Amino acid sequence: MLDFLYQTLLAFDATLRIATPLMLCAMAGIFSERSGIVDISLEGKLLSGAFVAATVAALTGSAWLGLGCAILAGITMSLIHGFACITHKGDQVVSGVAINILASGLTIVLGIALFKRGGQTPSLPKEDRFTPIEWWGVEMMDSVPVLGSIYRQLISGHNMLVYVALLCVPLTAFILYKTRFGLRLRAVGEVPQAVDSAGISVTWLRYRALILGGALCGIAGAYLSIAQGGNFVKEMSAGKGYIALAAVIFGNWKPFTAFFACLMFGFLDAVTARLEGYELFLIGEIPSQLMQAIPYILTVLLLAGFIGKPRPPAVIGQPYHK
Amino acid sequence: MSKPTPPLPRWADIVLLPLINLLAALVLCGLVIFAIGENPFAALKVMINGAFVYQGALGYTLFYTTSFIFTGLAVAIAFHARLFNIGAEGQASLGGLGATLVAFAMAPIPGIIALPLAIGSAALFGAAWGIVPGYLQAKRGSHIVITTIMFNFIAAALLVWLLAGMMLEPGQFSPQSSLLPEQTWLPKIHEMLGWIGLKTTATPLNASFLIALCACLFFWVLVWRSRLGYEIRTVGQNQEAAHYSGINVARVIIITMAISGAFAGLMAINQIQGVSHKLILGFTAGYGFTGIAVALMGRNHPVGIFLAALLFGALVQGGTELDFEFTVITREMVLLIQGMIILFSGALAYMFNPPLARLLARIFGTKEDANA
Repeated sequence: MLDFLYQTLLAFDATLRIATPLMLCAMAGIFSERSGIVDISLEGKLLSGAFVAATVAALTGSAWLGLGCAILAGITMSLIHGFACITHKGDQVVSGVAINILASGLTIVLGIALFKRGGQTPSLPKEDRFTPIEWWGVEMMDSVPVLGSIYRQLISGHNMLVYVALLCVPLTAFILYKTRFGLRLRAVGEVPQAVDSAGISVTWLRYRALILGGALCGIAGAYLSIAQGGNFVKEMSAGKGYIALAAVIFGNWKPFTAFFACLMFGFLDAVTARLEGYELFLIGEIPSQLMQAIPYILTVLLLAGFIGKPRPPAVIGQPYHK
Repeated sequence: MSKPTPPLPRWADIVLLPLINLLAALVLCGLVIFAIGENPFAALKVMINGAFVYQGALGYTLFYTTSFIFTGLAVAIAFHARLFNIGAEGQASLGGLGATLVAFAMAPIPGIIALPLAIGSAALFGAAWGIVPGYLQAKRGSHIVITTIMFNFIAAALLVWLLAGMMLEPGQFSPQSSLLPEQTWLPKIHEMLGWIGLKTTATPLNASFLIALCACLFFWVLVWRSRLGYEIRTVGQNQEAAHYSGINVARVIIITMAISGAFAGLMAINQIQGVSHKLILGFTAGYGFTGIAVALMGRNHPVGIFLAALLFGALVQGGTELDFEFTVITREMVLLIQGMIILFSGALAYMFNPPLARLLARIFGTKEDANA
């Protein structure tokens, strides 16, 4: 029983760690998509953020500088996206694909040129990273088998960026639903003409939405390479940007539901690693690949209207013509 | 909208503009190479030598070209119906699975039957993986971009599961199947030339190149000379108009995605039946995404697609040469060029258009206006 509790706790802990970049990227996706810009470039921004964070931290020895530059990198990618599909009214999906491929290419090319390690950045010493306090603490867990203290273990002892991600969710909801900027942002994704006729710039609003999203993706990238991990490895985003996009859709473009979708996807991932090789009662062994595909399958089912009813922003994907 | 721009002459639209976009992409990549301390012209020279000059280079280039023709056609046919198929990668994976499964099932059957059946099943499996997103778009209103992205990941998971599990070659650690029966292998071009007495360097270029050329012709006839092609283009131009003129829009969307998936699936025969002779995890190598660049650059026309596929084939083959010649520039440079090309000829397609049109109108004066 205790072992089960312990395993569950570890699974939840892992869930949080896995879900952190998803949450940040999902909030980025919400800002962008609610303003009417399709954002399949979350993946590319995440990857650029991860690369820049690790590179700057390795060169300067400062995790904070790494984080700051990762945010700038995310914003730069967002601005390219905005330049293509807001200013030049290009296809948002094409632009997103371009950014993802650019990010793959640039991170590897620059990584090899800078460090000559086949695309990896050097491992950072602990003091140059956002380190978790030893949250493993197995001995302590054994000595205090009380639920409360277990939860305290779960809640405390993560690195700073995990808490930033957790804070981002209510903050996103607040900005979207309680501020004038948020109201306009939502309006510009539904009826941009109305926003325009009120004398508010559609272009600038959408740019701001993208910039916010870029910053969040940059933080998520920094989490991957200088908080959760200790260096950049090529293609380290490994589809997380797409899972975050799936979470945005699965969460019906709302911050809290998207947050729960991130937790759910994170949990599936965390459980997958633990179920490998186990025979489940009546079901047998579940292939881990099936578990990994579940977020995608669920998203397809949701989009097709088989579970719930998706309600995307009305003008998503359409450039605004005055 | 605010400033009326003169229409771009047709020759400029199909020749000059793609070249300008390509140039912009290459210049930016050149700047990156320059920034990391290498000579961009030296890199270009190495790539051109690697792609065309060295012995057998052209064969390798055309081998990659073959894959890009298939994925380019796949993306392009969907573009004609204004559908964005990002799923060529997944459809190609399924195509590979189809070819492999049928090839194994055909073990005792002679090649004359087994070979075309394996090829056909590559197309069929690819088509099936395209039909589902098409159906969901047409009947359930789910956005095809998102669905095809998700289907790429589902296909990848499926392939990992099969290749690490029941299809794994015994004694093998990396996820790949055992060798296909030999009669399902596609002949290499140098072997075929050997049959008529010509001696050429052995390269991976195989008969699927010829199939790709036929696919280009088929594409042209389908889109511009058939009733279905007319319907596809009409749906792409204006779904409502298509509906009112009696076209079954949902049916056209589903069929278009089936054809698109089939083209993508055929990419697998080049890689699997042509060269590796087994299903290897990740054999699609991102070529499904390259197909997007190829279709955009090739303006969704088979001639353009062939030329763009040739360009990318040369880039990939030339890119491998970079690994040998330089320490800091590697084949991943090609990814960068590819991203730039998608950015310039796709997302920023309208950037150079108006200034170019104005410039040409000024140079050629009223003559072009009269033609337009």
